[in-house]
Amino acid sequence: MTEPLLRMEHITKRFPGVLALDDVSLEILPGETHGLLGENGAGKSTLLKILSGAYQPDAGSITLGGQPLQLKTPLDAQKLGIVTIYQEFNLIPTMTVAENMFLGREPGPLGKRMGSFVSWPRMREETEKVLRHLDLDLDPMMPVSDLSVGEQQMVEIARALSRESRIIVMDEPTAALTEREVEGLFRIVTDLKARGLSIIYVTHRLHEVEQICDRVTVLRDGKRVGGGNVGELKIDDFVKMMVGRSSTQLFTRLGGHRTTGPVVMKAQGISRDRDPTNPHATLLKDVSIEVRAGEILGLAGLMGAGRTELARAIFGADPFERGSIEIDGKPLILRSPVDAIRNGIGLVPEDRKQQALFLDLAVRHNLAISSLKDLTWGRWFVSDRAETALVERFRKSLDIRMASADIQIADLSGGNQQKVVLARWLALKPKVLIVDEPTRGIDIAAKAEVHQQLDMMARAGIAIVAISSELPEVMAISDRIVTMREGRVTGSMPGDRATEESLMHLMAIEQNAPRDAMAAAIAGERRI
Amino acid sequence: MSEAVSDKPSAQTRSVRSRIIPLLSRYAPVVCLVLLIVIFTLLTDGRFLKPLNLFNVMRQISIEGLIAVGMTFVILTAGIDLSVGSLVAVAGLTAALIAKGSAASSFSLSESEATGYGWFAAMLGAMAVGVLGGAIQGTAITKLKVPPFVVTLGGLSIFRGMALMISGSGPISGFDDAYRWWGQGRIGPVPVPVIIFLAIAAVAFVVLRYTRYGRQVYAVGGNREAARLAGVNVERVLLSVYVIIGFLAGLAGFVLSARLNSSEAVAGIGYELNVIAAVVIGGTSLFGGVGTIFGTVIGSILIGVLINGLVLMNVNPYVQQITIGLILVAVVAFDQFAKSRRLK
Repeated sequence: MTEPLLRMEHITKRFPGVLALDDVSLEILPGETHGLLGENGAGKSTLLKILSGAYQPDAGSITLGGQPLQLKTPLDAQKLGIVTIYQEFNLIPTMTVAENMFLGREPGPLGKRMGSFVSWPRMREETEKVLRHLDLDLDPMMPVSDLSVGEQQMVEIARALSRESRIIVMDEPTAALTEREVEGLFRIVTDLKARGLSIIYVTHRLHEVEQICDRVTVLRDGKRVGGGNVGELKIDDFVKMMVGRSSTQLFTRLGGHRTTGPVVMKAQGISRDRDPTNPHATLLKDVSIEVRAGEILGLAGLMGAGRTELARAIFGADPFERGSIEIDGKPLILRSPVDAIRNGIGLVPEDRKQQALFLDLAVRHNLAISSLKDLTWGRWFVSDRAETALVERFRKSLDIRMASADIQIADLSGGNQQKVVLARWLALKPKVLIVDEPTRGIDIAAKAEVHQQLDMMARAGIAIVAISSELPEVMAISDRIVTMREGRVTGSMPGDRATEESLMHLMAIEQNAPRDAMAAAIAGERRI
Repeated sequence: MSEAVSDKPSAQTRSVRSRIIPLLSRYAPVVCLVLLIVIFTLLTDGRFLKPLNLFNVMRQISIEGLIAVGMTFVILTAGIDLSVGSLVAVAGLTAALIAKGSAASSFSLSESEATGYGWFAAMLGAMAVGVLGGAIQGTAITKLKVPPFVVTLGGLSIFRGMALMISGSGPISGFDDAYRWWGQGRIGPVPVPVIIFLAIAAVAFVVLRYTRYGRQVYAVGGNREAARLAGVNVERVLLSVYVIIGFLAGLAGFVLSARLNSSEAVAGIGYELNVIAAVVIGGTSLFGGVGTIFGTVIGSILIGVLINGLVLMNVNPYVQQITIGLILVAVVAFDQFAKSRRLK
């Protein structure tokens, strides 16, 4: 057996409250493509960030070609030939291909002696050389913003090559590519491999692993749970390893005795096409869902499946090209969130700090911002008394723990902040409440509380759409689970019959048609 | 203070310090103002504190102070308005033309020859021009998505050009008593412009503090995306703040022409600097979402006191400008510092 090029051994990384990596080891052979698999939050990104020098491990060692490494900064890693190509590119769109290629190490006119000056002819020449090498027909003097996403990806790879890389890390490289571009990428990956470079390939698309990877490592909950040669393992095996049994996050199922009413919200054929100004945006392809009064509908899917995009479309936050949304059988015209709110739709967005909170403002102002209309006297003025009563009501019913409603919301814990956001919507008595990652970044006890709140809201007759990347959570709270993958609905099943494995099949594996997907899911359940 | 805590454990020092910094950033303007007043009183042998001088200070700041109240709304939404000085000139000239009845009679200095429409029409006209100017700029910002800095930089040039066109033949001077009262009159010992300034500031305080609209201004400035997702009509709020500052610039143009008994195209040059300085020194964050009208009033007075004190001490007038500039940068530097601490 060949000596590994890279060895990461017993890597452990702890963040406040989370053990992100627990004694993880990874070996990369020279000239191999190594797939790194795992659910959202399994620890892939953390591991890669340690390899690229962005994070320091708390324990463990890294050796490259037998030499122990200390990677203190991303620059250290780059100097050693470890280059990471992130999902969101690090190219500067206003600069040319050549400038991007040599950013920070522009060749001077007289070699190193006139280091402050840039030689455009040399930069152009060297860029052409690298591009030819990759069989890319691109003008080095073209601004990057004029390139397609696939071409930009190629420029990233070309840049990595021009740095004499030994290991190239690709994080979800095909997420934004068309089929033809994917083929081109695979050709280049094969070519790089032939030249002895090693590639670490992170992806959610399991069929790509079969096509391109030699070996895989699977992570789950920060631990290495399996791996091996691709020839010997099947997609089913990967799925089993990825979901397993997560011991830390078993939630009690709450859905038991809820009764559901008529359909409240019905979204039909929602489609969102590629936006040239934002090529990385996830598309929606003919998505239809409906949710009943008193029902919690879980939306499961991996990153980029289109769950958040669907939620924002229904809430009027993002435009969509085709499709319709009905509330109580009446079609809606959604120009903005104002329209959605007027029709009884609420959204608890996925990023609390960026999209929901006013960190500089007091708790009470954060809570009341959407329902000020109901708290006024003389039409214009906010009644302190009415506002205090509202805040007090939800402080009690949601058990929001705070020193006073007048302190800045930034001073509350994540769980209490989230309760304030929930209260903001409950104050409006919505018909439909969409919650996007409602328990992200809050501790386990607070998670259970939020689950109880959602259950109570459903029992009060609100139709709830819950998006979560944690499968145990989706399974614990949902009456029904709809899975999405790459902008499409791929399946639907009752919450009490779903298993992590059956969901993961629908979330991660290409299906021939949705009908087959459901059949496979049901068959999968029966086996178990 | 730092001596008092230096012998305590470092963790506690940090917690004391982390409490002092927000406290300082809240009351820094007031502390600065008091210090300045004490210093100038000592250095001028008490001349500074004479009631006459104090009213002088207040009268000097009242016109820019009016605009600073409007600028507080704009900066609270993380916007900026550079066009206010030029808008003051256009509004002042509009008021003068209305008061005089026509451009033809504008050269007559004696009141008896004037055939105009009186101060009330003049004031309304000035305000209408301001509102219109602000509405146009606000529309460009919200509908055309041009950054406020660019729109109002354009406005600064456009409105000044319009003022020069209107007054092609020179200043328009000589208004009747009732018109001049708005700039030169007194109620008791208090100059009328001071009363207008404080009254407008009081209204603005109530609006920002106690109305639904005020909440929305803070929300839009604090986190625009969150405000949108919470159902705030962000575009309408943004448009409205430019209308408000336009209205106040129009009113300021009228009061200025009344005080000087003359309207000219070069009125209000450089107002944007002092006005923005007053708002920022008063603790309103240029990043939006944080600030008060009380702070703006204090900031306005602080600048007035500074200029007046330096004048009383016979300091070279150019030094005033240098001092205001330095204070402005220092305050924003402190704001940045306090913010970075908070985010940690």
